[in-house]
Amino acid sequence: MRKLYNYCDQFCKDQIIFVTKEDHEAPSNAELVEDDPNDPYEDHGLILPNGDINWNCPCLGGMASGPCGQQFKDAFSCFHNSKEEVKGSECIDFFRGMQECMQKYPELYPQEDDNESAPSGEAEAEAEAVLPADSTKEVASGTESPATS
Amino acid sequence: MFKCKAAWNKLAPLARASSTLCRQAGKRAVFRHERTPQFVQPAHMSSGPSGGGGENTLYFVLVGATCLAGGAYAYSTLVGDRERYQQRITEIESRSSKPAAEPSTPAKTQLETAAQAVSEPTEASEPASAAASPAVEPTHAPYLLIGGGTASFAAARSIRARDPGARVLIVTEEDDLPYMRPPLSKELWFSDDPTVTETLCFKQWNGKERSIYFQPPSFYVSPTELESVENGGVAVLTGRKVMHMDVRGNKVKLSDGTEISYDKCLIATGGIPRNLQVIERAGDEVMKRTTLFRKIEDFKALEKVSRELKSITIIGGGFLGSELACALGRRSADLGLEVVQMFPEKGNMGKVLPEYLSNWTTDKVKKEGVKVLTEAVVKNVTYKEGKVEIKLKDGRVVKTDHVVAAVGLEPSVELAKSAGLEIDSDFGGFRVNAELQARSNIWVAGDAACFYDIKLGRRRVEHHDHAVVSGRLAGENMTGARKPYWHQSMFWSDLGPDVGYEAIGIVDSSLPTVGVFAKATAKDTPKAATEQSGTGIRSESETEAVAGSVAVGKAAPTPPPQQKEDYGKGVIFYLRDKVVVGIVLWNVFNRMPIARKIIKDGEEHADLNEVAKLFNIHEE
Repeated sequence: MRKLYNYCDQFCKDQIIFVTKEDHEAPSNAELVEDDPNDPYEDHGLILPNGDINWNCPCLGGMASGPCGQQFKDAFSCFHNSKEEVKGSECIDFFRGMQECMQKYPELYPQEDDNESAPSGEAEAEAEAVLPADSTKEVASGTESPATS
Repeated sequence: MFKCKAAWNKLAPLARASSTLCRQAGKRAVFRHERTPQFVQPAHMSSGPSGGGGENTLYFVLVGATCLAGGAYAYSTLVGDRERYQQRITEIESRSSKPAAEPSTPAKTQLETAAQAVSEPTEASEPASAAASPAVEPTHAPYLLIGGGTASFAAARSIRARDPGARVLIVTEEDDLPYMRPPLSKELWFSDDPTVTETLCFKQWNGKERSIYFQPPSFYVSPTELESVENGGVAVLTGRKVMHMDVRGNKVKLSDGTEISYDKCLIATGGIPRNLQVIERAGDEVMKRTTLFRKIEDFKALEKVSRELKSITIIGGGFLGSELACALGRRSADLGLEVVQMFPEKGNMGKVLPEYLSNWTTDKVKKEGVKVLTEAVVKNVTYKEGKVEIKLKDGRVVKTDHVVAAVGLEPSVELAKSAGLEIDSDFGGFRVNAELQARSNIWVAGDAACFYDIKLGRRRVEHHDHAVVSGRLAGENMTGARKPYWHQSMFWSDLGPDVGYEAIGIVDSSLPTVGVFAKATAKDTPKAATEQSGTGIRSESETEAVAGSVAVGKAAPTPPPQQKEDYGKGVIFYLRDKVVVGIVLWNVFNRMPIARKIIKDGEEHADLNEVAKLFNIHEE
């Protein structure tokens, strides 16, 4: 590691340090404050600490707020709360309702995959396939869920 | 004489009462301030009316005239209102009696379904099928959002997600539906599509194309249907400005006279670009050739200019100015266009980046084909012999065809007066608390909000992600969340193939900084960075750096050895009282969560090199 301008420590406003890969090999000893998982202020990914779905998660994009938002919420809630062996198998009607609604707005919900029959994983798959990324770097603004394409 | 006095005494109170009434009615018509004492005087005059006979006649004539003027004004207002009311009723009736017969409606419905902004007034764009129910413009909106930009749209989405069936009305001055601003100075310029000014589509960092509009027109509900549609929705009233806000009555008045009442209101009015006084004073010929860049129409105009003219000068060395300079610079070779950028600082992003990095950036901008004039203060601007002539204070002269002023944003706070809201004197904008609330039921988000950041103090941020974050937070708080500004927003800038950075927190070059850079190895190429930052791949230019000039305090040590340093990638920490308040990730991507965490902790770190290790800057 080489510090550029050693006299900078006292006089210079802008310090510059150059480091090689070896310099940074040893793990950091910087201390970070432990996160409180129940912090009420924090943004919480898709699932809130109490188990509810965070409809405002950026990862959902506009799914819960658009014209078919209510149908999407119904379908996804049913799926999320489903305790069946094939998760969400009792939610077929909700998903059908959602798909019917979405077909009315092809511009908003481009039908990329028409053969979605099994409800299990369909909600996530549809959320990911259909999601228009809103701002070019919205996914970089701290969503815990995996970045959608 | 006695009779006169008695008669006068009887008349005096009457005169006083009628004069008060007339004064109130005729305030707008006639305003004679100096006459006021006269009204009171006659009542107290006991010497008799004969003494001031002439004055009294004048007094009566004046009062009579005021009453007439006031009456005439009141009458004309009433008539006008009635006329307007009649017009509207007849229009509604004609609309409901002719469902699909009108030839103009099919054309308008077609326009609606195209992926273009709806620019006509909303009554005309109503689909013909909704003819059965009487179509009335909304007079009440449970959620009223003033301004149709990024913050407003983020709030609308947040409200709809949290309040099922919410009815949200966005009122915007612009003719366009809500759109995102960053591509106007970045991606849209890199597009190979010649019709980009029409489609307004660009390629994202993941390769997918998308429009700058957040959602196509079909996402929105028509404003006339907002109150009746089953599951609620978001409606946009374009081309209307909110002129007056009545906080006590919870209603606003629009530029066309409509009044809309609300339950919760968001002010997201953003701002308007600042102009230089020297340009404003320079006259029409110069103003015609000046662009204040902010909106879609400005992008379209500048794009046209870049193809038709030979020289463009950008005044301003911050984000917008530098991005536009780079975007135009890249085209300069193909178009035979001269691109000049001038600013008072010593280097591009001089107010953001530490000097050594600012110098390095300036070099890169120059490599993009831009003539950069640093330490340039404009003295005056004139239009001479078909060219705009810019004279600098140090004597340099620049002759150009077109000027782009990118010298900052003036937050739009005109509503503060009528609404009785506080304006911040340090940062500008509406002053709001940590929960973005100005008063009960009124929130402010985006560029116009001067808010209290629990971690970093009171500030006002003019970045896209902040508009998204604050808009979302305002929407949450409008639906009862009561959360403070907590999730720190970030920003980014791309200045060509070699320079891409993300930043978070307070990034002010006047703060002391510590920069930790990876020593360049043969493997470090700009290619990976450009793929990350989404800009096109250019030839690998040599990353020559300038030996950073150092601000020396007291002693004058021997000047540092001239070294070619490569600031290829690294992390720069901005410190305030030894606590990290801002971080720039220089060509290092996908590390924002760590940066966010460090700022959130707000801890004093003895050795920032150890903190820098957390970023793994040597890896991709």
